Amino acid sequence: MTETTAFRVIHARARRRRHPLRRWYRGNERAILSAAGIVSFIAAWQIGSDAGLISKFFFSSPVEIAAAGALEVQKARFWEDVKISASELAIGSLAAVLLAVPLGIAIGWYRGVSLTFDPWLNFFNALPRVALIPLVVLWVGLGFEMKTIIVFFGGFFSIILPTVEGVRTVDRQFLDVARSFRAPERLIFTSLVIPGTLPFIVSGIRLAVGRVLAGVIIAEFYAQTAGLGVMIARSEASLQSDRMLFGVLIFTVLGIVLTEAVGIVERYLQRWRPSLDLEEAA
Amino acid sequence: MRSGHLALSARGVQMQYRDRGTGKTLLAIENVDLDVPDGAFVSLLGPSGCGKSTFLKIVNGLLPATAGEIKLHRVAKGREDAMVFQDAALFPWYSVLDNVAYGLVCAGVSRGEARKRAVPFIDLVGLKGFDDKYPYQLSGGMQQRANLARALAVDSAILLMDEPFAALDAQTRELMQAELLRIWNAAKKTVLFVTHQIDEAVYLSDRVVVMAARPGKVIADIEIDLPRPRPLSVKRTPEFAVYEERIWRLIAGEYEHARVASQPDAAS
Repeated sequence: MTETTAFRVIHARARRRRHPLRRWYRGNERAILSAAGIVSFIAAWQIGSDAGLISKFFFSSPVEIAAAGALEVQKARFWEDVKISASELAIGSLAAVLLAVPLGIAIGWYRGVSLTFDPWLNFFNALPRVALIPLVVLWVGLGFEMKTIIVFFGGFFSIILPTVEGVRTVDRQFLDVARSFRAPERLIFTSLVIPGTLPFIVSGIRLAVGRVLAGVIIAEFYAQTAGLGVMIARSEASLQSDRMLFGVLIFTVLGIVLTEAVGIVERYLQRWRPSLDLEEAA
Repeated sequence: MRSGHLALSARGVQMQYRDRGTGKTLLAIENVDLDVPDGAFVSLLGPSGCGKSTFLKIVNGLLPATAGEIKLHRVAKGREDAMVFQDAALFPWYSVLDNVAYGLVCAGVSRGEARKRAVPFIDLVGLKGFDDKYPYQLSGGMQQRANLARALAVDSAILLMDEPFAALDAQTRELMQAELLRIWNAAKKTVLFVTHQIDEAVYLSDRVVVMAARPGKVIADIEIDLPRPRPLSVKRTPEFAVYEERIWRLIAGEYEHARVASQPDAAS
């Protein structure tokens, strides 16, 4: 018969020193596992394709895509396309940010401006913007301007809506502080409205990255004049799936780089926020 | 320090609200008279809903009264009044230094100059070395110290304090009460302090003005004749208990009165 005692004893336990390799893994777990995921996917694709399990005609293979890329970067036409697509993206996105942020702040802050613009915001937000492409073509033709305008549309509405929302949710108690100390109107904006709205603006810009990339590709598909979208479309027409996927890869990498850049800017602008620090520590 | 004049004089202050839902007019504050002599520490004590915070906001100019008049003694330079808010209300995107300098920046002082002038007030409230910290890095008590420093920095004649210690734990609150008296003594300000805690009001004040709710009105004005400086041990003396008891009876009596009046068969 076992003896029963009145207490369950919980012992202290000294913290074990883990093996250095294990500690290195703990510290870099995220990087290691995501790299492993990417590498094994690419390897499976290559092996499957070499073994004939994956159709090279439809899906190409990593090695072929790399070879097509190596060939592509030697062509002047390719760099011309990159330059055009990048300019459309840059100008359209920049214009979207520069117009959406101040207008969004004005709409969120001033009741009159808000009441005037609200129906239009709702109208354009509900409207599928790609449906406007033919109309924009009618205005400015099939060239650079049309594509830049489509990029602008994609970015503008993703940024302005959260910006308006951000201004409207600025904490009342901070407003009381500003009014209590008789802050001039301009200072209310710089000390309070803009910093308070910044997280919303940044999440709008994050959303906009995807929209402007989609915008530039769709516009280039439609116009068939110049740019990386045209390269993708032409490759498809000539059944070069490796070259086509290389084009897709460039847009994907661009999307990742832009999203990361937004993240870096965000972390810098919001270093006063505790949640971001915790995320980094985790 | 006391020069004999009144720092604040309120006559017949009234505040009406129109309830958006029912359309009825509610009387939040009814006919409040209040005199605060220069250099005095006066508390407004009452239950929630008695309009004590509303009164403070009227004095500060955040809300317009619907009737009555408030006179603040004019000062040669700077503001007549500055507010210490209930929730510290520090801007989370500003460091302690920029938060404390904020009132000065609002008054048109350049940012560099405002920061320079904020430093001694950060030291005064015991936050030396925390200039560069962001609010989330401070404890609740430290945030209230910064909140106080921000109001002190504009060098107003009167400090309006809206239940600044209500959200703190009991020990920190006591510590902050003692700190406030130390700072009050050093800064030589007139203070109008709003609270719902009897012991806090008695411990801090020269006078406790007791208010009742619905509608908010003054029901008593009690001189607290305890010697200064007051260590926290004052709270354990019989004299202190007598004041507490007296004020508690006033508030309890008012509560009983309201309870009876609100019963449907009270008239029978």
